[in-house]
Amino acid sequence: MSEALVFPAIDLRAIAPILVLAGTALLLLVLDLLPPRDRKDHLGVIGAIGAVVSLLVALWLWGADVRAFRGMVILDDYTLFFGLIIGFATSLVLMLSLDYLRRQGMESGEFYILVLFSATGMALMAAAGDLIVVFLGLETMSLSLYVLTGFFRGRLDAAEASMKYFLLGAFASGFFLYGIALVFGATGSTNLDRIAAAVAGGAARDPLLVVGFGLLLVGFGFKISSVPFHMWASDVYQGAPTSVTALIATGSKAAAFAALLRVLLAVARPAQPDWASLLWVLAVLSMTVGNVVAIAQQNLKRMLAYSSIAHAGYMLVGVVAGGAPGHGSVLFYLLVYTFTTAGAFGVILLLERNGQEAVRLEDFAGLAARHPVMALALSLFLLSLIGIPPTAGFVGKFYLFGAAVRAGYIWLAVIGVLNSAAAAYYYLRLIVVMYMREPEGMPATLVPSFSGGLALAVALWGVVQFGVLPAPLFDLAQAAVTPLLR
Amino acid sequence: MSGLLSTVTFLPALGAVLVFLLPRRAEALARQVAFAVAVVTFVVSLPLYFGFSPATPDYQFVEQQAWMPTLGVSYHLGVDGISLLLVLLTTFLMPLVLLSSWSSVEARWKEFAITMLLLETGMLGVFVALDLFLFYVFWEAMLIPMYLIIGIWGGSNRVYAAIKFILYTLFGSLLMLVAILALYFQHGAATGTYTFDLPVLATFVLPGGLNQSLLFLAFALAFAIKVPMFPFHTWLPDAHVEAPTAGSVILAAVLLKMGTYGFLRFCLPLFPQASLQFAPWIFALAVIGIVYGAWVSTVQPDIKKLVAYSSVSHLGFVMLGLFTLTAQGLVGGIIQMVNHGLSTGALFLLVGMIYERRHTRLIADFGGLWSVMPGFSVIFLIVSLSSLGLPGLNGFVGEFLILVGTFQVNRTAAVVATTGIIFAAVYMLWMYQRVIFGEVTREENRRLSDLTAREWAVLLPVVLFIVWIGVYPAPFTGMTEASVQALIAQTQAKAAATTTLMPR
Repeated sequence: MSEALVFPAIDLRAIAPILVLAGTALLLLVLDLLPPRDRKDHLGVIGAIGAVVSLLVALWLWGADVRAFRGMVILDDYTLFFGLIIGFATSLVLMLSLDYLRRQGMESGEFYILVLFSATGMALMAAAGDLIVVFLGLETMSLSLYVLTGFFRGRLDAAEASMKYFLLGAFASGFFLYGIALVFGATGSTNLDRIAAAVAGGAARDPLLVVGFGLLLVGFGFKISSVPFHMWASDVYQGAPTSVTALIATGSKAAAFAALLRVLLAVARPAQPDWASLLWVLAVLSMTVGNVVAIAQQNLKRMLAYSSIAHAGYMLVGVVAGGAPGHGSVLFYLLVYTFTTAGAFGVILLLERNGQEAVRLEDFAGLAARHPVMALALSLFLLSLIGIPPTAGFVGKFYLFGAAVRAGYIWLAVIGVLNSAAAAYYYLRLIVVMYMREPEGMPATLVPSFSGGLALAVALWGVVQFGVLPAPLFDLAQAAVTPLLR
Repeated sequence: MSGLLSTVTFLPALGAVLVFLLPRRAEALARQVAFAVAVVTFVVSLPLYFGFSPATPDYQFVEQQAWMPTLGVSYHLGVDGISLLLVLLTTFLMPLVLLSSWSSVEARWKEFAITMLLLETGMLGVFVALDLFLFYVFWEAMLIPMYLIIGIWGGSNRVYAAIKFILYTLFGSLLMLVAILALYFQHGAATGTYTFDLPVLATFVLPGGLNQSLLFLAFALAFAIKVPMFPFHTWLPDAHVEAPTAGSVILAAVLLKMGTYGFLRFCLPLFPQASLQFAPWIFALAVIGIVYGAWVSTVQPDIKKLVAYSSVSHLGFVMLGLFTLTAQGLVGGIIQMVNHGLSTGALFLLVGMIYERRHTRLIADFGGLWSVMPGFSVIFLIVSLSSLGLPGLNGFVGEFLILVGTFQVNRTAAVVATTGIIFAAVYMLWMYQRVIFGEVTREENRRLSDLTAREWAVLLPVVLFIVWIGVYPAPFTGMTEASVQALIAQTQAKAAATTTLMPR
C-alpha cells in the first residue's frame, strides 16, 4: 500500500466514440448559451451530426483491440458494434425530436444535451471492462433518461412516468451496486478480467458470488425490461416524450444488453448451465407476459412497451443459446430492433389529431387512404416486429431461434415462435385499423418534417437492407462477440 | 435459358413497383398496367413448358447463387414435374382474375393491383424455391398480400376472416420454421455441411423414430392447415366467403395447393419413414375430409360457401392420392391440384359474376336463370360437371387416377372416398338445379344480363383447359411422370434405409 500512486496510461483512442458523444454534449452546453435564444434547432442538428460522427469513428476503429485505463475500458469490435447501435439510435432520436419538440412547445437545448449525455453513458456501458465503469455508464445514462422522461413537465402522465422510472430505477441501481460489492467480496476485484480469473480459479460456487451476480442480474433485468422487472415500462413509455420512448426502447436496452453479456461471460461462464436455466425462465416469462398483456392495450405507446418487454425475451433466447451464433444474433437483433422501433415510434410522433399526439389505436383509422407512404412504412416496421420476411425482423428472429435450436433449446424456440404468432395479432390489429377502418371524426394528419422523414427513411433502409442482405452484418456481429468467448 | 425462373418470379413484383409509381388517381391505368404485367408474365412463363424435358426427373431451369454463405443459404430456384404445372397454373390464372376484378373491385384499384402482383411473386416463389430458407421467406411473405386482399376488399365480416386466416397459417408455419432449423442442424451435425439446400437435404437419411416423427408433424401441421385438411379447415370457409372474387379464386386455385405441394416436395422426401408411418392417419383425415366436406356442402344456403366446403372435399382426394405413394395416386394428385384450381377457380368466378349483378349469393334468391342468362348457365354447367368429376372433363381424370392408386393400397379408403364423388354430384347438381332450372321466382332476376365480352374472355380459357385435360390429359400428366417415379423411388429407398438405421 505504500507504493507511489501510478496513473494509468491515458489512451484517448480507446474512448474515442465516447469522447465524441460527450464532447458534442459539452459543445452544445456552450452553444445553448449563445443566441439565437428562441430557436434551438441547430443544437439538435449538431447533436445528430455528433452521433453520426461517433458512429463513423466506430466504423473507422473497426478491428481495434485495446484495453486502456488499467482494463477499465475495453475497445474491441464488441464495443464498436454497440457504438454503431448507439450511434444510430441517438441520431435517429435526435432527428425525430427536432420538429416534434417545437410542436409540443418544449423546444430547448437541454433536451438534446441530455440525449447526448445518456448516449455517452450507453457507450460507456458497452466499453466497460470493470463493474464500476458499468455502474458509471448506467447512472450517466439513467439520470439523463429520468429527466428526459419528465421533460413535458406540465403533463401529469409525464411527471408520473418520470417519478416511477426514477424510484424504481434507483432501487435497481441499489441492487446493482450491492451486487458489485458482493462480487468484489467474493473475488477481490471489480475488474471483469480478474473476476473471470478468480471464478475460473474456483470461486464459481462461492455463495457471495452467486448472490452478487443474481443482484447484478436484477439491475440488468430492470434496464432491459424483462419480466419480472418490467413494471415501469408501460407507464414510462406512455408518459415520456415519444422520441425519448424510442431512445429508452433502443439505446438503453442495447447498452444494458451490452454490459449484461460482457459481465455474464466474465462472471458466470463456468456456471453457464445454471445461469442459462435462470435466463431461460426470464426469457419465457418476458415473451409470454409481454405479448399477452400487449394484446389488451389500446394506447400504442403502451402496446409497444409490452412489445419491447417481449422482445427483451426474444433476445434473452439468444443469450441462453450462447456461443458466437447466440450472442451474435443478440447483437444483430439489437441493431435491427433499433431501426424497427425507432421507425415505429417515428411514424407515431409525426402524426397528430386535433393538436394532440395520435397514440390511440383509433387515431390510426384510415391512415392508409390519406397517407399511404406513412401507413406503408409503419406496416413494414410492424411486420418486422412480427418477424415476417423480407424484413430484418424475420432474419433477426431466425438467427435467434436458430441459435437456440443449435444449442439444443428446441422447446425454448418453440415457445418463442408460438409467442411470435400470438404477437402477430396485436401488430396486425394496427394494420387492420390503418387499412380497413374508416376514421371517426377528424382524422389524424401527418405533420411534415424533413428531419423526421429522413430518420424514417434511414430506419426503413435498415429494415429492408438487413432483411434482404443480412449476411455481412450477421458475420460482423458474430465476429464482434468472438473476443468475449475466448 | 438461365434466369428465366427469376424473371417469371419477379416480373410481377417489378410490375407492382411500376404500378406504385403511377400517379395517385390513375386507377384505370393501374389496372391496365397490372393486367398487362400479368399477361406478360404468363407469356414469359410459357417457355418453361415448351423447354421442359419430361424425360428427366431432375430440376430444370436451375439457378443457384450464394445468399448467406456462412449459413448455407442460397438463392436456389428450379422446377420439376411436380411444380411445373402449378407455376403455369398461377401465371395462367392471374391475368384472368385481374380481368374478372375489372369492375367488381370498386375502390383502390391501384393498391389492389400492387397487392395482387406481389402475391403472384410470393406464390411463384414458393413453387420454385429449392432452398428451405428461401421457400420459407416466400411462404411467409405471401401471407401479407392475401391478408390485405381479404381484409380490405372483402365482404362484411372481412377483418375477422383475414385475422383468422393469418393467425392459423402463422401458427403452423412458425412451428415448421423450428423444424426446418432442427433439420438443418441435424444434417449439419451428421454430415458436416450446414445447408438449407433442398436437393442436398433430400439425400440425407434422417434417423427414424420420435425425432423424425416430430419433424414430420411440424411440417405436416403447417401444410395441413394450408390444404386445409379436416380438422384444420375452419379458417377456409370464412376466408373464402369474405374474400373478393379474385381473392377466392387465388386462394382456392393456388394457395391451397401450397399445402399439398408442401407435402409432396418436403414431407415425403425429407421424412419418408414418418410419412409412411403416418400415411394411415393421413388417409383417415383425408377420407373424413372428403365425406364431411361433401355433406356440409350439401346443406349450404350460400353458393360461395358451398364451393368453399367442396374444396375441403376435393383437397381430401389430393391428399389421398399423394400418400398412396403409387405412380397413379401421385400423378392423379398433381393433376387434381391443377383441376381443382381450374374448376373451383371457375366456380368462384361464376359466383362472383352473379354476385356482381344481384349482390346476393343465396341459392334461394335464384332460380330459372337458364332462360335469363343462357350463356352463363352453359358455362356454369360445364364447370359444375367438371367439379363433380364427369368423364370427359378434367375432374374425372384426376379422381380416377387417385382412386386407382388408393385401391392398390387401402381398399376401405378407396371405397369410402368414392362415395365422396357421389355426394359431389348431389350437392353440385342440386345447387345447379335450384339456381338455374325451374321458373324465374324473383322479379329482380328477370332483368339480369348475360355474360359480357369481358366475362367470356375470363371464362373461356379456363373452360378450354377443363375440356382439354378431360379429353387428352397426356400433355399434362406426361410432364409429371418422371419426377413422380423418381420421388417414389427415393422415398421408398430412404424409408428402407431409415428402418435399418433404427436403434433396436
